[in-house]
Amino acid sequence: MALLRWLKSRLVVIAGLLTLGYLLLPNIVVTVFSFNNPKGRFNYEWQQFSTDAWTDPCGVADLCGSLSLSLQIAGWATLGATVLGTMIAFALVRYRFRARGAVNSLIFLPMAMPEVVMAASLLTLFLNLGAQLGFWTILIAHIMFCLSFVVTAVKARVMSMDPRLEQAAQDLYAGPVQTFVRVTLPIAAPGIAAGALLAFALSFDDFIITNFNAGSTVTFPMFVWGSAQRGTPVQINVIGTAMFIVAVLFVLAGMVIGNRRNRQKA
Amino acid sequence: MTTVTDAPPLAPAPAPKERPPRRRGRLTPYWLLLPGLLWLVVFFALPMVYQASTSVQTGSLEEGYKVTWHFATYWDAVADYWPQFLRSIAYAGTATILCLLLGYPLAYLIAFRAGRWRNLILILVIAPFFTSFLIRTLAWKTILADGGPVVGALNSLHVLDVTSWLGVTAGDRVLATPLAVVCGLTYNFLPFMILPLYTSLERIDGRLHEAAGDLYAKPFTTFRKVTFPLSMPGVVSGTLLTFIPASGDYVNADLLGSTDTRMVGNVIQTQFLRILDYPTAAALSFILMAGILAIVTLYIRKSGTEDLV
Repeated sequence: MALLRWLKSRLVVIAGLLTLGYLLLPNIVVTVFSFNNPKGRFNYEWQQFSTDAWTDPCGVADLCGSLSLSLQIAGWATLGATVLGTMIAFALVRYRFRARGAVNSLIFLPMAMPEVVMAASLLTLFLNLGAQLGFWTILIAHIMFCLSFVVTAVKARVMSMDPRLEQAAQDLYAGPVQTFVRVTLPIAAPGIAAGALLAFALSFDDFIITNFNAGSTVTFPMFVWGSAQRGTPVQINVIGTAMFIVAVLFVLAGMVIGNRRNRQKA
Repeated sequence: MTTVTDAPPLAPAPAPKERPPRRRGRLTPYWLLLPGLLWLVVFFALPMVYQASTSVQTGSLEEGYKVTWHFATYWDAVADYWPQFLRSIAYAGTATILCLLLGYPLAYLIAFRAGRWRNLILILVIAPFFTSFLIRTLAWKTILADGGPVVGALNSLHVLDVTSWLGVTAGDRVLATPLAVVCGLTYNFLPFMILPLYTSLERIDGRLHEAAGDLYAKPFTTFRKVTFPLSMPGVVSGTLLTFIPASGDYVNADLLGSTDTRMVGNVIQTQFLRILDYPTAAALSFILMAGILAIVTLYIRKSGTEDLV
């Protein structure tokens, strides 16, 4: 009975932790199977412990090439989407102008559209224009779908900014450029960083839109997709595990720096 | 002669070089918007127009396609592929409900019960995003493998007998059945449910809970009358963020399912990239888009949160 009561009072916590387990289970499997030495072409069954894949992550043809291509595309897409998105976000929050509602819906629509619809329609455009599918068509597509997410992230931050800070800067004879660089940009920076991070993650991980518009160019997700048909090398699990660890370390480092800064202020 | 200030919005006006730097022009917002909006118009809106025209074309790949206003493509698409449409709605709907049921406790836990663990749990929710979702989906193949621990446990509990009778699994298998596809969809879109739920729960003033308790509301009543209604914006945006991408997804159905679990996304992908029947593919994606828009509009009306989304 006591156990039952204890369970009941902790029901939310238990259910929540179970969900967390469901979310992390594939990551655990990916990590464990990165130490597998599979027989045959597929890495779905546990055979034998081995660190071969970790010592030779580029040992599979085309894997690291596709990885570096994905990183390049994600880098450029992040840059493009962040610059364009930040400009739009500032215009939407800071200025009243005609057609503001129309602009808002044009920003919202790509987020509310199934990816496959956007992917297919973009392909019809490229086919009609006779464009060569490859690096540039992928980049164009990625900037397009990351843009809305950057706008949303930056808008949230700029909206919560106190405009009096900028007025104060101008009262202290700061020019518009100085005000922007020394006051506005630092305050908006966390929003811009969040938008950029989101854009990077979305672009790096995108499969559906890339699948339609890549032609014969192979990004990392497309390499993984192909390997699901041809045979999955263990190295894929190594890359997946490494990405997870790097992401966690990145965020933890960001939190530590943030905490230290807050403490300095206080 | 139009002056700079009279130019219509988005028109390519001469560069405002001669403007004094201190005066913020009325055109500034348009200059800020121009490049990004141009990108969206050319690579998002214009493609939709091209797709619309493609969907009413006839012809063949060899002879080329011509716009013949052949609307019958739409009828044929519905007639041929209505099972896949229904399946997409059913799978995406089930996954969305499961996401809500699974995600709510975790979002609640992070918002109210996690204490100093809050940031760590949030990181653990977001971090899987960085392991390519295809790799994680492939991991489900290992987890749900025939004769694996999950199938074994479900079998010994006789769950698979019930689910097979319901038609969501087949015999001793979970892989290549609807259950596997829904499991993958639920897994893939769960973070999109948790994060909006968490944001809206976090905004709730804790004193409201105390007030409800002071008025002799039991914990469950507090949840039903205070917490849940206040979290509605999160519920609505979470369900939309899960349902819309899930209904267009073809990766889960392809990797975890079989030919019997094909969703409309799979059909669009095959028509477009393998069979190269562009009109049918375009018509299919327009029907999908229209269907989702209709469902979403109805849903937003019903939930009465038009101003909250």
